[in-house]
Amino acid sequence: MSITYLEAIREAQYEALRSDPNVFLYGQDISTFGGAFKATKNLSREFPGRVFDSPISEDAMIGMAVGAAIEGARPIIEMQFADFSSVGFNQIVNQAATLYWRTNTPCPITIRMPSGGTAGSGPFHSQSMESIYAHYPGIVILTPATVEDAYWMLLESVKLNDPVIFCEHKFLYYHLKSEGFGEALPIGKARIARPGRDATVVAYSAMLHEALKSAEELQMDGYQVEVVDLRSVKPMDTDTILASVSRTGRLLAVGESFPWGGVTAEIIARVSSEAFHMLDAPPMRLNSKDTPIPYHPNLWKTHRPTTSSITAALRTLLRY
Amino acid sequence: MMWMKCTISIVPATSTLHSPDVAVHADMREDFLKTLRCIILSRILEEKLGSLYRAGGRIVGGVYLGRGQEAFSAAAGNNLRYGKDIYGPLIRDQAGRIAYGEPLLDAMRTYLGVITGPMRGRDGNIHRGRPREGCMAMISHLGSLLSVVAGALFARRLRGTLGDTVGATSIGDGGTSTGAFHEGLNMAAVEKLPLVISVANNQFAYSTPTSRQYACEDLVDRARGYGIEGYSVDGTDLLACVATFRTAFARARAGHGPQMVVGKLLRLGGHGEHDDASYIPDSARHKHEARDCIEVAKKQAIDLGWITEAEIRTWEEESRREVDAAQAIASKEPTPDPYRETWHALSTSELVEGQHG
Repeated sequence: MSITYLEAIREAQYEALRSDPNVFLYGQDISTFGGAFKATKNLSREFPGRVFDSPISEDAMIGMAVGAAIEGARPIIEMQFADFSSVGFNQIVNQAATLYWRTNTPCPITIRMPSGGTAGSGPFHSQSMESIYAHYPGIVILTPATVEDAYWMLLESVKLNDPVIFCEHKFLYYHLKSEGFGEALPIGKARIARPGRDATVVAYSAMLHEALKSAEELQMDGYQVEVVDLRSVKPMDTDTILASVSRTGRLLAVGESFPWGGVTAEIIARVSSEAFHMLDAPPMRLNSKDTPIPYHPNLWKTHRPTTSSITAALRTLLRY
Repeated sequence: MMWMKCTISIVPATSTLHSPDVAVHADMREDFLKTLRCIILSRILEEKLGSLYRAGGRIVGGVYLGRGQEAFSAAAGNNLRYGKDIYGPLIRDQAGRIAYGEPLLDAMRTYLGVITGPMRGRDGNIHRGRPREGCMAMISHLGSLLSVVAGALFARRLRGTLGDTVGATSIGDGGTSTGAFHEGLNMAAVEKLPLVISVANNQFAYSTPTSRQYACEDLVDRARGYGIEGYSVDGTDLLACVATFRTAFARARAGHGPQMVVGKLLRLGGHGEHDDASYIPDSARHKHEARDCIEVAKKQAIDLGWITEAEIRTWEEESRREVDAAQAIASKEPTPDPYRETWHALSTSELVEGQHG
């Protein structure tokens, strides 16, 4: 049985609805239509009265989820595209993320964010928001790169008593397949996706697969590149990153979000301040370009990091 | 007959007109007197808070008072059952909080920043709440509490625990301009939730007059746009407020969806105690809505023969003693210790990151 990343997300929501009557789904077009990407296909039929079409009101959708969570429900909110979560930004970072700290009241909400670029999607249907949300205290930010993680981490998100931003990558929805869900890995721990000794690439979400292809290419030249799948942007598993860099002495951090600050800058900052003596070369980072995300595929594939730009960066790093 | 002086105007925002017949509401006496007692206590508490603020050193943070809005606020809060209904009070709802049943000590402890209060020094004053008991803790972003109250009601309906519970929250004329207010109220209307939204049209959003805030003739006109029932009431008239909210809450509990009550009044003070309100023109201070609702209510009660001046003085003395007692308790309690603070923003402590950098 071959399961896609998208199907894993649907299956996880099925399981969450099945196993806990407090779970409900709220989002635009997610009921009988099954969602813009069909991530909730058939769920309204399988769980009548638990899957709701919402008005186009991202702010109210998140505020509503917070109120529901206070009452003991476990809402899963689908942002149709991660980009639109900017409209609900205030409720996420000021309402949901501060609730536990301010009032000692847990806020178990899961916000699904179809993230990242696909060819032809343009500036407003391609964004990666993990760096923005990770800046704020009180939120867990998950960035699954595999079918297994898409399934298990989403299920785990719903069980967590804290707000979770679940960044699911649209580029992986249909392309990424697995024979099953495998076993759950713990939330908050990174994973060595490919062992190596010459350099460490830390990546997450769709960038993991670009990085793995680069490592494959460089193997032809005799380099052993280690690839770390971050899995969870926040909390960030600094120990696994430091352990890897201590073995390889070289670091490249790759992320699809914009270059100013963000996840890759955080990785570099942590490694530089905590393992400076382990580095044999200046740490490098690779992000998208500092422009809005372009519409035309010719521009888009150059805007974001790809296997070829990662390979080029790694060659520079390895030659240092 | 004093009844005739009540000005209750219920605007038919939908095709149905709901007009409470004041004359048959002789049973309003109990609610009216209960609410009057609350607004007297609220005013005395807030005067104390204001003087503590001006004296300096005791109050942590700003002080934002509800002077002039007590009748409107308390008339709403009086319809809520503490621990059962959902309440999302806003910045000028001290009177509503008292009517709802929030302990006076919660207020005093929060203003004095002691760790025994509900916010434990992590947030202050008007932001206080006990969400798990149904009292939401507002954030400063106006309008954003509406959807939270709606969500709590939504969850109860989903889980079959709604029963006859109702939710209530407040906004001012300025807050109605936010996107969050619009989104939240529209959603509550779509979901047909039992929610009462009080709009205290106090004429100024901080310093901005209503002419720079909205272009419709009356804020209650918006109720029609949301497909909900709307009411206009003289916010300085406690009798009218009690009657109007009684109808609105009964309609909400009976399944008629969100109810919007717009009260016209004037904020009798600055935005906060730091603000001298010099932007409020003299002409506004002499209009009908500049009446002090407490003085109006006292006169109403006396004229109706429901209470004597002596009894009111007794209430005032009792209120002072209550406020002093709360202050005496809270002022002896400890303030937060940064070295004992967990500094954990997540409830899942194993996911809290260590310090880096």
